[in-house]
Amino acid sequence: MSEKRIVLKNCEVIDPRHITTYLTRDGFRALEKAQKEMTPEEIIEEVKASGLRGRGGAGFPCGLKWELARNAPGDEKYVICNADEGEVGTFKDRYILQNDPFTLIEGIAIAAHAIGAKQGYIYLRAEYHHLLDSLVNAIDQAKERGFLQHVDIDIREGAGAYVCGEESALMDSIEGKRGEVRYRPPFPPTKGLWGKPTIINNVETLMNIPQIILNGASWFNQIGTERSKGTKVFSVSGDVKRPGVYELVLGTRLKELVEELALAEKVKMVQVGGATGRLVPYDMIDTALSFETILGAGAITVFDQSRDVIDIVYRTMEFLAEESCGKCAPCREGTEAMVEILGRFFRSEGMEKDIRVLEELSSAMMLSSLCGLGQAAPIPVTDSLQYFRNDYENRIK
Amino acid sequence: MSKGQEGVLPQGKEQENLLVMLERAQSEFGYVPEEFIVEAAHSLNVSISEVYGVATFYSFLSTKPLGKNVIRICKSLPCYLKNSQMIIKSVEDEIGIKPGETTPDGKFSFELTNCIGACDEAPAMLINNDVHVNLTPGKISQILKSYK
Repeated sequence: MSEKRIVLKNCEVIDPRHITTYLTRDGFRALEKAQKEMTPEEIIEEVKASGLRGRGGAGFPCGLKWELARNAPGDEKYVICNADEGEVGTFKDRYILQNDPFTLIEGIAIAAHAIGAKQGYIYLRAEYHHLLDSLVNAIDQAKERGFLQHVDIDIREGAGAYVCGEESALMDSIEGKRGEVRYRPPFPPTKGLWGKPTIINNVETLMNIPQIILNGASWFNQIGTERSKGTKVFSVSGDVKRPGVYELVLGTRLKELVEELALAEKVKMVQVGGATGRLVPYDMIDTALSFETILGAGAITVFDQSRDVIDIVYRTMEFLAEESCGKCAPCREGTEAMVEILGRFFRSEGMEKDIRVLEELSSAMMLSSLCGLGQAAPIPVTDSLQYFRNDYENRIK
Repeated sequence: MSKGQEGVLPQGKEQENLLVMLERAQSEFGYVPEEFIVEAAHSLNVSISEVYGVATFYSFLSTKPLGKNVIRICKSLPCYLKNSQMIIKSVEDEIGIKPGETTPDGKFSFELTNCIGACDEAPAMLINNDVHVNLTPGKISQILKSYK
């Protein structure tokens, strides 16, 4: 297990400003194969058989999502690429967009062909406005070469909202509304953008598609673990000597990424998956990175022994409280209440009952919040209570 | 979804361009003026409160005038671990205002923001749409001078 470049195959190899450099590396051959040699159903079967799961954090089987949208009635359907990379500590999609916009466009074009969509959107976060011109340029070049005759790809820019990375909030944002989470069901493949069948895939998920089509599902599903096929691109930051983007075969151990590749020393804890991700204490650093264990969107934030766990959890909760969309009470009020309590521990003014309150609040939020943000917001609290409980107990007044 | 809910949901695409319009106003005027909100509501045939709701939901839209240049320093954990506090202090010292404020000459507004996806080169900030990375207090003065 270790580094392998599938998603990042062309990064720092091609010139992202010129499509010709992409074409010399099999660029758009997968689209050609998908359109000329395969039916949409065959494409979907191939993606299903590959075992590809969503790379944005939720891990939903990609082919199944496509199939649901393909089979949903109606001839107005949409493909959305989620480039609203807002998870704290994640920057892999930025790296991909900077270095290889063409593979992404090819992936979107194949997805559109497979589900029968004539319109695609790339939802780009406002913070990545600096990538807009290069992305527009890449779409224009693909269009000029005649690769996008079956689908229009437009870019919609976000305006600063973490929750818009959540797929239903993202669709509301494209519809020009506040990015608030929707009640589900119905799910996007049957009723998505403007109530029409829609698939929403992460940048990295779509980056896998051209190679799955070219090399076949049986090539792809040899890589990885039983339920986690292929590779994952990780964003490593924090207390490491070599921060950056690393693509690893799924199932690789966290230790290899953090210590051998990113050269971390004296690690106390690793946050895997950003603000709502898991906290992994050093004695569990042998954990494999996969959907079966821990993964998220691949944000790896490393904390060395000089760091204060309560400080980290407190800041994480401040972030979540600020970014809660406010639609459901458990998340809106729960995150605020947690900030208040964690603030007390941060100032060493914790109260005897606070730990119990945190635990009760956590389970209430996990059970009753409307979307992944509120459901996962308590994770840093519950994980730190599990692994670093002394840090809380020592700060009770 | 119950039938009752379905009736309430807007079916058309009249609002499709709203966020795009607000983003344009923000970049043209430096904020979304009240008159613009009223006009947008009329032209799209949606309520003023709906437009106001959208304009105030997103952190990169402002309903109050901002300075000519907007500084946004990342306050999220990866930057915090790389001493973003010192960068915040340097900017405060350099332009004499705190986060949330605008300089009296209208040249700079200063805000703190959440993760901008530059954690591999932390600490980082955005000025308008430009990303500045691997910041040190020593670099701040020069960077700010390049914005007129």
